[in-house]
Amino acid sequence: MRNAPSVDDQLEMFRKMVVVRHMEETLGELHKAGKTRGPIHRCDGQEAVGVGATAMLADTDYITSTHRGHAHYIGKGLDPYRVVAEILGRETGYCEGRAGHMIVADAAKGMIGGNAIVGAGIPAATGMACSIRLTGRDAVAMCLFGDGAAQTGICHESMNIASLWKLPVIFLLEHNQYGLTVHSSRQSSVEDLSVRAEGYGMPGVLIDGNDAVAVYGAVAEAVARAKRGEGPTLIEAKTYRFDGFSTSDMGGYQPDGEIAEWRARDPIPRLRAALEGHIGEERLSAVEAEAHKEVDDAFAQALADPLPGFAGHPASRPYSEVS
Amino acid sequence: MAKLRYAEALNQALCEEMERDPAVWLLGEDIGVYGGVFKVTRDLMERFGEERVRDTPISEQALTAMTVSAAMTGTRPVLEIMYADFLPLTVDALANQASIYNYIWAGQVELPFVLRTQGGGGAGAGAQHSKSLDAFVAHIPGLKVVAPASPADAKGLLKAAIRDPHPVIFLEHKLLYNMRGEVPDGEHVAEIGRAAVLREGRDVSVFATSRMVHEALKAAEALSAEGIEAEIVDLRTLRPLDLSAIVASVEKTNHAVVVNEGWTFCGYGAELSATIMDHAFDALDAPVERVGTLDMPIPYSEPLEMAVLPDAGRIAQACRRAVA
Ligand SMILES: Cc1ncc(C[n+]2csc(CCOP(=O)(O)OP(=O)(O)O)c2C)c(N)n1
Repeated sequence: MRNAPSVDDQLEMFRKMVVVRHMEETLGELHKAGKTRGPIHRCDGQEAVGVGATAMLADTDYITSTHRGHAHYIGKGLDPYRVVAEILGRETGYCEGRAGHMIVADAAKGMIGGNAIVGAGIPAATGMACSIRLTGRDAVAMCLFGDGAAQTGICHESMNIASLWKLPVIFLLEHNQYGLTVHSSRQSSVEDLSVRAEGYGMPGVLIDGNDAVAVYGAVAEAVARAKRGEGPTLIEAKTYRFDGFSTSDMGGYQPDGEIAEWRARDPIPRLRAALEGHIGEERLSAVEAEAHKEVDDAFAQALADPLPGFAGHPASRPYSEVS
Repeated sequence: MAKLRYAEALNQALCEEMERDPAVWLLGEDIGVYGGVFKVTRDLMERFGEERVRDTPISEQALTAMTVSAAMTGTRPVLEIMYADFLPLTVDALANQASIYNYIWAGQVELPFVLRTQGGGGAGAGAQHSKSLDAFVAHIPGLKVVAPASPADAKGLLKAAIRDPHPVIFLEHKLLYNMRGEVPDGEHVAEIGRAAVLREGRDVSVFATSRMVHEALKAAEALSAEGIEAEIVDLRTLRPLDLSAIVASVEKTNHAVVVNEGWTFCGYGAELSATIMDHAFDALDAPVERVGTLDMPIPYSEPLEMAVLPDAGRIAQACRRAVA
């Protein structure tokens, strides 16, 4: 395992980040057009974390995600078309329209799953790491969670147990500064949450979450450590969401200029600029165009797909053995 | 067949299942070195090692959530929650995680885990260590809820629960751990979702769970002396419910009494009572009688606690009212 991504790895991260960004923008438009249901939590601006942190994982590695999981899904290798179909409640979605955008799972890709209960993915990944250990597999579990989730009691319980038992789990804290609308400084007694790692006896690493290469490097090292049996790592990736908390967000809680300041640090142009010297503008533009087309096709297809019928599903009937 | 205590029967089930299937492992507070505060896991850590029998920190919320995900990823965990009173701490993992995934992920995962806990009053353990929160867990679709009343069922149902691909909440009773009974050796697997008629009767059906089964049997003795023959049905499984056994018994006796140690308001007895009226209304000659714990915190001092808990006397009274 390399700690630094190859140029090919970086190009693939770039492609996935463009896919995610275009998905988010399209979802925003569809929401305005009244074609989505419920709240949708966009992750524009945070793509480098979700994509960078999952880039070196195999299908046999597990991740747990959040209500804001689109970059995690695409990073973990899920098919954008089936993700979009799930978000649009179609029969062809990953969960046949039963999960919606917050709780998507693809067990075959080790993505089980998104979670709309803040903090709940943290013990889930810890439990997956128990399974990995007990069955002797060469794999890791990772939970991606927010700075809001870091304040839950279950986060403390999980980190203590994971470090105590030296479980192969990576705690990837996506610090986008806000809970729902409340700034982290009003939720946390410390500014950098990575310092909490010390209290659990594990390394705490603070990184620039808008730098996909830095995210990749830190996670690759944590994966190697976990696989050596040395236990968990807490990685805090500082980032920002450009759009609202969800499609229901009225805004007004960020200081003037903050969004613009972070837009100037957009992770996508940043990786693009870094790649330009290696592979040239033309190829990058082609990759962008392909990514956009893949997403546009995914939406066109998903919008034309049938909605599910309400029918029984044998695997989902726990009481079926009794009349 | 050996005569075993209920706790020993549970221990035997755990031991045999761990031997049979290396994916089975145990976690919980004080279950390892000490063997569990009720000694159900005695000697298992010595036998199966510290990886498969894990002493845990006091972290019920995380442990339950970890159990759920460990079950989805290739193992069969059995979690011990020391007292049923702590079930409220586990409710997120049960209601928002374990019970939904099989359905909302369209069958992509199975959740073969067991959450063992013990509840019930009568031991002077006070308001935070004596509750029967059966209705809490039975309320949630996607969970199975099992409550053995005898050592044989303790073994047979626990083995079945461990092999079940769905989450099973396994409710033991603190006053039953020392009860002795014949327990079949080796492969004795009971069927989840089947009730047992423990005593035949023609006049009134008593549907009981867990320790209340024994109180109901005592009540039946007293009633028999008065010429009332009560049929005692041990439900064994709270969910799924053995509807055909319930209906068959009510059709025979035309009177029903439901007994559960939980509180009556919004309780498990209310569900049973409604179920009987939904499915056997025409067979009933009188309203269904409900017996449960009085709707109040469970007090400590013995006369106070005994006044609150249901017992044979109250069950017999309910039967007399039903047949009057
Ligand atoms: C247990 C729980 N409490 C509250 C909520 C409502 N809620 C949803 S997201 C959110 C903020 C989460 O903040 P963070 O973890 O930082 O994630 P972000 O939205 O910033 O990505 C809240 C309060 C919830 N879903 N679950």
